Amino acid sequence: MIRTPLRPLARILSARAKGENPDVIERENIRIRHEAMRDSARVRAEGRLLVLGLAFIVGFGAVGFRMGVLASTDPAEPATAGAGTAIIAQRADITDRQGRILATNLVTHSLYAQPQQMVDPAGSARKLAQIFPDLDAERLARDFAGTRKFLWLKKKISPEQMQLVHEIGDPGLLFGPREMRLYPNGAIAAHVLGGASFGREGVSSAEVVGTAGVEKTFDRWLRDPANGGAPLQLSLDLTIQSTVEDVLAGGMKLMNAKGAAAILMDARTGEIVALASLPDFDPNTRPAPATKGDPSDNPLFNRAVQGVYELGSTFKIFAVGQALDLGLVTPETMVETKGPMVWGKFRIRDFHNYGPQLSVTDVIVKSSNIGTAHVAQMIGGTRQQEFLGKLGLFDPTPVELVEAPGAKPLKPAKWPEITTLTVSYGHGVAASPLHLAAAYATMVNGGTRVAPTLLKRTEVEPGPRVISEATSAIIRDLLRQVVVRGTATFGNVPGYEVGGKTGTADKPKPTGGGYYKDKVVATFAAAFPMSDPKYVLVVSLDEPVETSGTEPRRTAGWTAVPVGAEIIRRAAPLLGLRPALEPVAEAGVIRVSN
Amino acid sequence: MRSLLLVLSAFAVMALGFWAYRENYRTQGELAEVRRLQAEIGELREALSVLNAEWAYLNRPDRLRELAELNFERLGLLPFEPRQFGSVAAVSYPAIALPPITEPVDTIALNGNAP
Repeated sequence: MIRTPLRPLARILSARAKGENPDVIERENIRIRHEAMRDSARVRAEGRLLVLGLAFIVGFGAVGFRMGVLASTDPAEPATAGAGTAIIAQRADITDRQGRILATNLVTHSLYAQPQQMVDPAGSARKLAQIFPDLDAERLARDFAGTRKFLWLKKKISPEQMQLVHEIGDPGLLFGPREMRLYPNGAIAAHVLGGASFGREGVSSAEVVGTAGVEKTFDRWLRDPANGGAPLQLSLDLTIQSTVEDVLAGGMKLMNAKGAAAILMDARTGEIVALASLPDFDPNTRPAPATKGDPSDNPLFNRAVQGVYELGSTFKIFAVGQALDLGLVTPETMVETKGPMVWGKFRIRDFHNYGPQLSVTDVIVKSSNIGTAHVAQMIGGTRQQEFLGKLGLFDPTPVELVEAPGAKPLKPAKWPEITTLTVSYGHGVAASPLHLAAAYATMVNGGTRVAPTLLKRTEVEPGPRVISEATSAIIRDLLRQVVVRGTATFGNVPGYEVGGKTGTADKPKPTGGGYYKDKVVATFAAAFPMSDPKYVLVVSLDEPVETSGTEPRRTAGWTAVPVGAEIIRRAAPLLGLRPALEPVAEAGVIRVSN
Repeated sequence: MRSLLLVLSAFAVMALGFWAYRENYRTQGELAEVRRLQAEIGELREALSVLNAEWAYLNRPDRLRELAELNFERLGLLPFEPRQFGSVAAVSYPAIALPPITEPVDTIALNGNAP
């Protein structure tokens, strides 16, 4: 570039000649040069700013574009995730403790119609009604001819039905894939499993949600994909559950009972191995809940968990156990049993007259109300309430069923002394068979509290101590005596050292005001083998009558006990318990005199 | 020298382009294969779950019990009982068969004083 000199000689000379200051020319030139420099610097800076701005626009534009693309595309599974990708069913399976399936999913199809695409709406409606007898041809034809653009026809159809619908060949009849919940064992463990139904429905899929039982309790867990499709393992054993239900159904029929419940529970861990309630239902076609009538007459009613009844003499062991634990009595202490015992305007009677006094052992063995009431008098109401509370008889059970928190035991608001007396033999406090099973497990397992559970557990810390180890041993002996020579002699199963206590409670009238004379709830709470109890069994029959004798017999010893014994006889070998050798009386040395 | 470099780099670009083209198509082929396998795995899993459900359905205790009762004449199956599950120690040994007495010895009971 041509640089203009700051002091051009020609102009300087001419300026000098005119007598002007030549420095003005130099300053002028410096100014012009600075202006030129400033202009070029500005151009360069502007260019740089432009480039920078463009870079930012491109950068942010790319990010924004990518975000838009991500937001507008349909989600797709990563194609290259490797072989480990499990295609997980929508809802996890439920298995028993040995991994046998109790609930699983099956892929079926739903059927829907888009009437505006139909070729022959009237003919299709007629043919559909032939395939599905519960659909009405005329109504379908009306729906197809109307203005509706979409119509659900069937939520679940079988492959055969799907084929038949295919054969109609109407393009307006469409299928949507459906995952349906299947309970392959039918009614077995129906009350535990509950049931499932469809939640939100779309054409291509539908939500399966639990409606009752563990399906509802663990609904979120079962649907959580983070579990990787791992099944929910329950503590139930399918074989035992089926055996218990089978025997209980037979017993219920034989004893003319209108309902029955049985619970078989591990005495240490509280795992429920079998839980049956009859009558039952098929969870595959769960009936609608009844809106009127007694809820306990409905098959959906879980008697073992929701059936809150006064459980009668089975409670006696709690009063006696507490008195033994407090050191108030020993098994040999004599207790007054002269009847009737009068307290205010109440009279407490026994089933038979047991004479003026009995030992504590015999009070339990013969099931004396008066004797137990005297023992309870020694304990007093405050300590009695505290003890029953510690056994969990005043709170809903913590078992994992949605129905459980609703089954709150009935407890009198006030606790006068007469309540202390009646509660000691099981009247005035109502609890469910599950409460009773947990309390009996606590009493016989060495005295630590048991929380019933439906989940399989491997290791369980013993709960808080309720009674001492020594008291528990005495209670085991008392309960064994009841079966050997007391009210539950039908409960003896050779080889299994069964011990237990019967309870026969009159049913209260639903209208209030007294009890029925000829309607009872018979309960047998047992544990076996008594030398080291592994399992606790509670059998409860609703309104049983045993009619083999001359007059009808309703006591638990004649009704619930034989059923309980048969359950133990059938279930114990399946539980892996070998019958123990029992000492044979005849083998002893016999002294004879000659 | 310079033109040789130019020619060489042009060839290199062409070779790389060819390689990238081939890799691209191979990748797409592999992805298609993976998709096919995934679909197959999905179908097999579905079939497996159906088979599991069917196995559970066919082995449901009610059905097995009914079958055992129907075929009682051939199978003779009865519910498991405690006495079939005892320990070996509970089985008593058979009585020892004593050999016959071959040389009888005559004895008489003496009541204090001999006759």
